[in-house]
Amino acid sequence: MTIKHHLSDELLMAYAAADLPEAFNLVIAAHLSLCDECRARSMAFDALGGAVIEDSTCEMDEGSLAACLARIDGLTQMTAPLRPRTDRVLPAPVLDYVGGGLEAVKWRALGMGVRQAILPTGDKGASARLLYIPAGAAMPDHGHRGVELTLVLQGAFRDEADRFGRGDIEIADASVEHTPVAEAGADCICLAATQGALKFNALLPRLAQPFFRI
Amino acid sequence: MFDAMSPEKPDAPVPPQLYAAGRARAGRKKGNLRVAAEAEQMDWSALVFRVRDHQDRAAFAALFRHFAPRVKAFLMKSGATEALAEECAQDVMATLWQKARLFDAERASVATWVFTIARNRRIDALRKSRRPEPEDLPWGPEPEPDQAEVFEAQQETQRLGEALSQLPLKQRALIERAYFGDLSHSEIAAETGLPLGTIKSRIRLALDRLRHQMDVKAPEK
Repeated sequence: MTIKHHLSDELLMAYAAADLPEAFNLVIAAHLSLCDECRARSMAFDALGGAVIEDSTCEMDEGSLAACLARIDGLTQMTAPLRPRTDRVLPAPVLDYVGGGLEAVKWRALGMGVRQAILPTGDKGASARLLYIPAGAAMPDHGHRGVELTLVLQGAFRDEADRFGRGDIEIADASVEHTPVAEAGADCICLAATQGALKFNALLPRLAQPFFRI
Repeated sequence: MFDAMSPEKPDAPVPPQLYAAGRARAGRKKGNLRVAAEAEQMDWSALVFRVRDHQDRAAFAALFRHFAPRVKAFLMKSGATEALAEECAQDVMATLWQKARLFDAERASVATWVFTIARNRRIDALRKSRRPEPEDLPWGPEPEPDQAEVFEAQQETQRLGEALSQLPLKQRALIERAYFGDLSHSEIAAETGLPLGTIKSRIRLALDRLRHQMDVKAPEK
């Protein structure tokens, strides 16, 4: 797999620092599951966290060590729980949100064959969803108020500027207005996280917005 | 520009056996320093191995004395009260005991590993946004890790720390605030504005090492 579109340093550092809304964390974890290059970069930002934590210290309460030693008395040591990949399309962190593989996704039609499934996230900073775009079909034309991350899980899409295949991540900010089109061939499945709500340019999708929570 | 190959500064952590409290500075001459620093850097991972292989409580106590106060300080700077930070620092150290077998010394320094445990504890304690982890790598810690790889990984924290301390105050403060979870989402631009400056070369070196690890261990990907 050749991934051409990667995460930015800013997002990787914010993920390492756990500064992002859950929906963004999910898309980043899914990309890292597919992209060794960004996985290594993300570990480098963890290492920076190690340097930050090494840098300042304070006093522990009296008896702190004794209390902790008493605690570990009853603890057994864990062994590595390696989870093998179980779905051809969805990486492990996405499986957890879907509650199963691709067949378990509860799609809702958006019209023109386009479907989506909102994934439940706990905070309001951003929302996450899976998108299904039939091969050759266009995504509804939209801009957005904040940052949007779109990770391709199957097939590919093109917008005015570029092509995105499996594993590629598109980072779009509020200034980007684009009309992605799924390539001919396989239907396109994406995982997207959007900060704030989407703004649609065509009348119909705008009316549909409150119903579909796009 | 920060010289990636400059000799180590006289600021190596003291061996855990000698560790009392606070941040000590080893004031040795340069000739011995490299060797001394190497020996000292190895100690934390060796202590984790002792915890893993022998459930060594003395080794655990040494790790506790060094890392628990750092985790507590980290959590307080992240907005936890002193009492909560104390409790969570103990939790983090107990987790270190429990997960000693999952520590991959070829991949990360002990400080980095402790940071990731502390970060996850902070998410629970301060009700921060859930943070899904990527899929497990198909390879875990080696039973007999390569000593040179372990050494490089353990050195990294010190080198990154030095690079961090040489940043202009404002840049350094912003990076630290990011890691304390103290930046608003609007302060984290997706594309621009991260003042990594001169630490970029250090992060780059860490990255090259990790990239190499990924290539060696997971050639089938």
